[in-house]
Amino acid sequence: MKPIKMVEPPAGHSGAGFFATSFDQVIGMARSYSLWPLPFATSCCGIEFMATMGAHYDIARFGAERPSFSPRQADLLLVMGTIAKKMGPVLKQVYIQMAEPRWVVAVGACASSGGIFDTYSVLQGIDRIIPVDVYVPGCPPRPEQIIEGLMQVQELARNESLRRRNTPEYQELLASYNIQ
Amino acid sequence: MLNNKDVAEHIAEKFEGKVGEFEQPFDLLTFTASREIIIPLLTYLKEHPQYKIDFLTDITGIHYPDATGREFVVVYHLHSLINNFRVRIKVPLSKDDIHVPTATELYASANWMERETYDFFGIIFDGHPNLIRILNIEEMDYFPLRKEYPVEDATRRDKIDALFGR
Amino acid sequence: MSDIELLPKEGQLARKNQPELVEELTTLNLGPTHPATHGIFQNILQMDGEKIVSAEQTVGYIHRAFEKIAERRPFYQITTLTDRMNYCSSPINNFGWHMTVEKLLGIEVPKRAQYIRVIMMELARIADHLICNGILGVDSGAFSGFLYLMQKREEIYEIYEEMCGARLTTNMGRVGGMERDLSMTAIRKIKDLLNSLPPVLREFEELFNRNRIFMDRTIGVGAISAERALSYGFTGPNLRAAGVDYDVRVMNPYSSYEDFEFDIPIGQHGDTYDRFMVRGEEMWQSIRIIEQAMNNLPEGPWYADAPEYYLPPKEEVYRNMEALIYHFKIVMGEIDAPAGEVYHSVEGGNGELGFYLISDGGRAPYRLHFRRPCFIYYQAFPEMIKGQTISDAIITMSSLNVIAGELDA
Repeated sequence: MKPIKMVEPPAGHSGAGFFATSFDQVIGMARSYSLWPLPFATSCCGIEFMATMGAHYDIARFGAERPSFSPRQADLLLVMGTIAKKMGPVLKQVYIQMAEPRWVVAVGACASSGGIFDTYSVLQGIDRIIPVDVYVPGCPPRPEQIIEGLMQVQELARNESLRRRNTPEYQELLASYNIQ
Repeated sequence: MLNNKDVAEHIAEKFEGKVGEFEQPFDLLTFTASREIIIPLLTYLKEHPQYKIDFLTDITGIHYPDATGREFVVVYHLHSLINNFRVRIKVPLSKDDIHVPTATELYASANWMERETYDFFGIIFDGHPNLIRILNIEEMDYFPLRKEYPVEDATRRDKIDALFGR
Repeated sequence: MSDIELLPKEGQLARKNQPELVEELTTLNLGPTHPATHGIFQNILQMDGEKIVSAEQTVGYIHRAFEKIAERRPFYQITTLTDRMNYCSSPINNFGWHMTVEKLLGIEVPKRAQYIRVIMMELARIADHLICNGILGVDSGAFSGFLYLMQKREEIYEIYEEMCGARLTTNMGRVGGMERDLSMTAIRKIKDLLNSLPPVLREFEELFNRNRIFMDRTIGVGAISAERALSYGFTGPNLRAAGVDYDVRVMNPYSSYEDFEFDIPIGQHGDTYDRFMVRGEEMWQSIRIIEQAMNNLPEGPWYADAPEYYLPPKEEVYRNMEALIYHFKIVMGEIDAPAGEVYHSVEGGNGELGFYLISDGGRAPYRLHFRRPCFIYYQAFPEMIKGQTISDAIITMSSLNVIAGELDA
């Protein structure tokens, strides 16, 4: 029998029948293992996301069991594919409708920086219009890379301070994108 | 079985003076037609009892900035499914008068094909039910596939030519 | 019960002395981001209750200006653009483009390369139809079928990886043939797939083809007649479902398709059920073609003898002066193509995918236009859904297999 590896508990104080830790740690842990994605799939990277969602590279193992197409019920905006200038306002609307805390992953070269399409009609990276947390390079990225991107968001979610979304730095970041 | 030569001769005879430059690059009969007879020509080919060239494969445009008087060319690709015969018709237009009649009454598929050609080149199809931009944003004020415009966005600040050594 | 009576108009129940209802149409925005659209395009529907009166479409949300980019790139760099048009079946786009350039340059591809291309194109067609039928199941509520089919798509991805290194946007082959021969692993994987795919397809068919719910959902929905389909420029499975047996592989055979024996399934009514069944049956025919190709694979080189356009083997480059010079010229893009104009079309997953290439004698095309089937037949969508309900519109859209990359290019 292979030895079973138990997950490390967060730092805290345990006793008979109780475990005391700080809110940060518990809420961070809960958030990181239940990130509900909003698959904003526009092109080829969307098909790789479908493969990631399939049975072979199961993304549900990481807590992303329920892909939500409503931004109001999603934590994680996965922007997969080329965003054209025509689509930019739509993406911004979807981002604005998400509730805090929200994370954005730019999957693929086109979402990160425009990709191979340095043209008049393609937005050269979604970080021109919304703040991005994780960039996953690739054209399209392999499902393993998309899962790595998701795991990095999990790291971010686990270690995020509860007050981050109310800090002046964050408000300034949103203001720089004209998002209230 | 139709062959290029017979069809070419017949069309040259029927629309005398308005068609010309018959050639067959890679075995595809190609000829130019003038703007006035393009719709009668398409109708004739569609309703001809033997030819039955009744499938519109594609409409597109080309821009030749150096050919004065014929800067824009509208290209129609047609196909006869019954006879397995393809033909390509070109309509040259001058840049001062970029109008050509629409083919939407004959073929419903011409609707978006003409809108795309308008979007890219600015060729105006008279009689089109809804000639507005289809692929680009509506506020765009130039026709991007014309040769004078670059492929990159002219307003971008970071990927400028100086960084790439151009 | 006394103050309820059936009004004579369409059996509506109402109370007496009810004020007249003002009828007006509802405008519903379907898209651009919507779970059921395979990509981003917008339909603004005018609805009378649940029935659709008219629809207005907006496309171009992923317009990436392929035709403009192509005017700058040498011919072998345009293959990466063609990948991203119909990205569910990229090898077909790649080989269609290679064949167009080979037609322009006058290169004759050897038989073995043509057979390998046929195998890859038919695998791509199977992959495309797997996604379309699987997602049609998902959109009508049945998720498990999709998971079974995605597993098979993973196996097709593994075969692509053996041949070219990439899973989805394959950039497969070269002008003049293939870049590498079918390796032992690839042959073994193809044979395994040919054994393992039929039971999965049969299981999928058992779940869907005579399923009462699925049939009620799809029969008579989104129908189009053959005349209207031809006028709208339909090609591919959508046209064959309407009853017209036009297949570019049969009418203008390319890449040795005339050596193979296969049937073309056609439907009768052009509705969603017919499109689903035509795609399902086409997968069986593709399996048949791959089996014939694997059994009769000819020996020989897998690339044409065209040193000006096809990169010489690396061992030659290190030893042979001419090979070194050709390698340099090809990679640096100093080889010019002859001037000419050519139109070539292949049977893509969605229909006749055409490439209209005009070369002016330089290293990049002067004008390249893609005849994209999705763009042309999507115009017919408002006519197909008129008078039907919104759930029918969703199912019709899924069954048309509109892929946004090909729609906007």
